[in-house]
Amino acid sequence: MIITIASGKGGTGKTLISTSLALSLKDDYGVTLADCDVEEPNAGIFLKPQISGSESVDIMVPVVAEEKCTFCGKCAKVCAFNAIAVLGSHVLTFPQLCHGCGACSYLCPEKAITEEARHIGVVEWGDARGIKFIQGILTVGEAMAPPVISRVKEHESEQDIIIRDAPPGTSCPVVETVRGSDFCLLLTEPTPFGLNDLKLAVETVRELDIPFGVVINRTGAGDAGVENYCQEEKIHVLMTIPLDTEIARLYSRGVVLVEGMPEWKSRFIQLYNDIKEKVDA
Amino acid sequence: MKIAISATGTTLENDVDARFGRCSYFIIVDPETMEYEYIDNASSQAGGGAGVAAAQMIVGKGVEAVLTGSCGPNAYNVLSPAGIKVITGVAGRIGDVIEDYKEGRYKESSEANVSAHHGKS
Repeated sequence: MIITIASGKGGTGKTLISTSLALSLKDDYGVTLADCDVEEPNAGIFLKPQISGSESVDIMVPVVAEEKCTFCGKCAKVCAFNAIAVLGSHVLTFPQLCHGCGACSYLCPEKAITEEARHIGVVEWGDARGIKFIQGILTVGEAMAPPVISRVKEHESEQDIIIRDAPPGTSCPVVETVRGSDFCLLLTEPTPFGLNDLKLAVETVRELDIPFGVVINRTGAGDAGVENYCQEEKIHVLMTIPLDTEIARLYSRGVVLVEGMPEWKSRFIQLYNDIKEKVDA
Repeated sequence: MKIAISATGTTLENDVDARFGRCSYFIIVDPETMEYEYIDNASSQAGGGAGVAAAQMIVGKGVEAVLTGSCGPNAYNVLSPAGIKVITGVAGRIGDVIEDYKEGRYKESSEANVSAHHGKS
């Protein structure tokens, strides 16, 4: 069972939910928590894992041997990301734009292009209070999150309940995280921003054909827009979390909600059972 | 010798587009004769590397200078080695900009004036 915790808008409580869900389930199930927000992984701040292993994430980028090159321009033409430019008798490469697809070297008629590894991040894993913890860390300044996320996913233990903490937004890193999930929980807040970004997130998971439900965080503030939207679209709101100073205080101290307020544990177990029922249905 | 200007439209009455790689059009003009053509910028909606692709296309046009609002490092690193002067911070009606260029009111930029991905919406 793979559950991805995603959101359009940032700061709506993805990590709050994923850490509490993981800790609530760990006594009864094997649990993997995969922090796929590789630009700013923060689940570790709450779970304080003992890291026991790590590996480098590299992508293969082109190196052009100009003495073999006839400057035909084919490599530049086939590059979907404009990471290679042919100018008269020079070839320029832009490694930071390269997605590592290998089309340029594969299609070069002169075999003038080889590939070299470029380090873009690391994946770390370890144990966090009985939870298998994995996180990806994209090197600061790098733009290519999906290869790091895909490596995080390779380390998940299939027999576990896998909880993926997704990056915010709806772009490639989110799609890479959500891909292959059995269920997606979309976090939002009852504000016009929350609603706008929830709609984008809903469009994304519908396109990916993944069952989903909504959690509304900080209820009691804002307006009824999100609730009305969910009703109109027949989207199941699986949990609401009130705007509460105590919850915010715990979070700001790095305490997982279900540890600081154990009365929440049964609600997270219920949340899992609701998800399971939807997935099995 | 011709120059290229990033443009919001297809005539000299339109304004300079503030973005280089993701501008709507390029106006290629000979400032002496004011003869010009426009080019749709095929890179304006590129997923990535719009500046590189636009710059490569401009290099193929054999211009001596590019006038634009902002130019990022990737585009600059294609244009500059190709011997094309890059002039940034340019704004206003294209016809007026060409007059200013002829009178030598613009100074060549020695580096990109914005970071990569600046014009990406």
